[in-house]
Amino acid sequence: MLRTLARRALQALVVLIGVVLLIFVMLRIVPGNPIETMMGEHANAETIARMTKEMGLDQPLLTQFFRYIGSAFRGDFGTSYSLGKPVAQLIGNAFVNTLLLAVFAAVFAWIFGITCGIISAVKKNRLTDRIFMGVSLLGISLPVFMSAMFLQYIFAFKLHWLPISGTDSWTGFILPAIALGWNSAGQVAQITRTTLLETLQEDYIDTARAKGRGPTGVLLRHALRNAMLPVLTMMTIQFSGLLSGAVITETVFSINGVGRLMVQAISGRDIPLLQATALLATTVVILGNLLADSLYSVLDPRIRKEG
Amino acid sequence: MEQKTLEVRNLTVCFRTEKGIIRPVNGVSLDVPAGSIVGIVGESGCGKSMTARAVMGLLRYPGKVTEGSVLLNGRDITNLTEKERRKLRGAEVSMIFQEPMTSLNPVVRVGKQVEEAIRLHTDCTKEEAKARTLEMFREVEIPEAETRYKCYPHQLSGGLRQRVLIAMAMICKPSLLIADEPTTALDVTVEAQILKLLEQLRDGGTSVLIISHDLGVIAKVCDYVYVMYAGRIVEEAETEVIFRRPAHPYTQGLFRSVASLREGGSTLETIPGVVPNLHRLPAGCSFSLRCGECDARCEQELPELKETEPGHKARCFRTGKEAAE
Repeated sequence: MLRTLARRALQALVVLIGVVLLIFVMLRIVPGNPIETMMGEHANAETIARMTKEMGLDQPLLTQFFRYIGSAFRGDFGTSYSLGKPVAQLIGNAFVNTLLLAVFAAVFAWIFGITCGIISAVKKNRLTDRIFMGVSLLGISLPVFMSAMFLQYIFAFKLHWLPISGTDSWTGFILPAIALGWNSAGQVAQITRTTLLETLQEDYIDTARAKGRGPTGVLLRHALRNAMLPVLTMMTIQFSGLLSGAVITETVFSINGVGRLMVQAISGRDIPLLQATALLATTVVILGNLLADSLYSVLDPRIRKEG
Repeated sequence: MEQKTLEVRNLTVCFRTEKGIIRPVNGVSLDVPAGSIVGIVGESGCGKSMTARAVMGLLRYPGKVTEGSVLLNGRDITNLTEKERRKLRGAEVSMIFQEPMTSLNPVVRVGKQVEEAIRLHTDCTKEEAKARTLEMFREVEIPEAETRYKCYPHQLSGGLRQRVLIAMAMICKPSLLIADEPTTALDVTVEAQILKLLEQLRDGGTSVLIISHDLGVIAKVCDYVYVMYAGRIVEEAETEVIFRRPAHPYTQGLFRSVASLREGGSTLETIPGVVPNLHRLPAGCSFSLRCGECDARCEQELPELKETEPGHKARCFRTGKEAAE
């Protein structure tokens, strides 16, 4: 078990290093000089050359890379070109907001998704099932900005229950979390329903019924734990997706999160910032996958053994 | 009169399908006397398992018992509510299934799964339940019970899993055990061990209803045999009688397909054709489509289950007294 985990972690580290290298190289081979973009049209060639030298952009690519890695290990990701502040600090602040949004969205998605999925499976093909599956399909198919504006219109503009945007208090996270989590909730609901229905056809469900278990016991003790295996994997991967920033939701609700920071970095050719946000997103996704793997093997003894 | 653990009277199971209503179990009557092993034999799809499920109250949607009654130890359990039924399942009547590989929950330790059965039906403490489970493991001859208790199903062989399932079924000492193809998924040596175990259970006072397509299994352990075809009982007698003098052409066909191999025949004899589609059953005898001795009457009229000799019944116009007339 531990050995499997260690091996997976090592693999993850290799992937991470590869991704860093890839991001680093790609950002430097795309045409256009970031210094020119930063200084504007009126900067003269001399200043640009001086700045380029100061920032070490005239050095060979490999030297730049190792310098970057070296300072990254010390927690120094450089200074943002466009915002003039340390990248680590910028991302730190933005990540708090993104984290809160992701946690709210995930909690909403999981509670609603799993509950709706279970109820739908139990009430298969009845009205409740159709309604729940309709709502979850809507969540999956509706673009986030649509559901976001729809929620803003009803709950903030018409009913005045919740703030329309901003994160001055935690209530500001509710609408964006629902807008963002609806999609995940829909996916979770659909997959929970499908796997649960499949699981309920298994032979061991008959065995459980034959020993006198009632429907609730069969569902909770025997079916659900088996059915949750694929759902759990999906939820973990979803969560890492949410953590790497939700550009549209953050923009519609004016939340200063990692997603918006990344868009700023792209439009400003802000290499240090862009590098760091991309690195963050990758790390989160890799960690998410690692977590999904380990959770799976905790829940499924068949996998635990093989490792 | 001898005591009967199970009496099934005129049991009919209906399935409403898109193509119409079918009756996979059609007017089946059978008895399991106390302390005996009774077998139901027949090809796949003849309604054996469905009969067992109907007795257990475990029919899957849209299956429904529409006629007949099931008496367990003299008590009519046909119209019990689901809740009352549940109290019987696992306590008074248990069932083991065909596939020991998939009949245990893969993510729960086997000991816990067996324990669950007794904790559902008694107020015993955790410790008592565990002690009882280990005792039961030893009774069904699971070696190293303590270690096996903590195993997950995938860590056990097919034979051991079937023993675990039997332990689970027997832990509350039910009066009836229904075994649906208990050895089909196992290899021959393990099959013999499991059959011996079933005999031991019978000697311990539990009546057993075995469902099998395997005449060898039936011959080894059953005291009495019912032959099913297309949802109906077509022949019944004591095992020895039926093996000596099979009366129904279907039963004879089943025996021929085994005997031709035993006697060193070079070709495997089979019954031509397949079990008829339940949507398109012939008006007369269900077997008329495949029967070598079928005549006009067989095609038009459904034969009754009649005695051909004392204690031996067959559903055929051409056997017994009627044929002699």
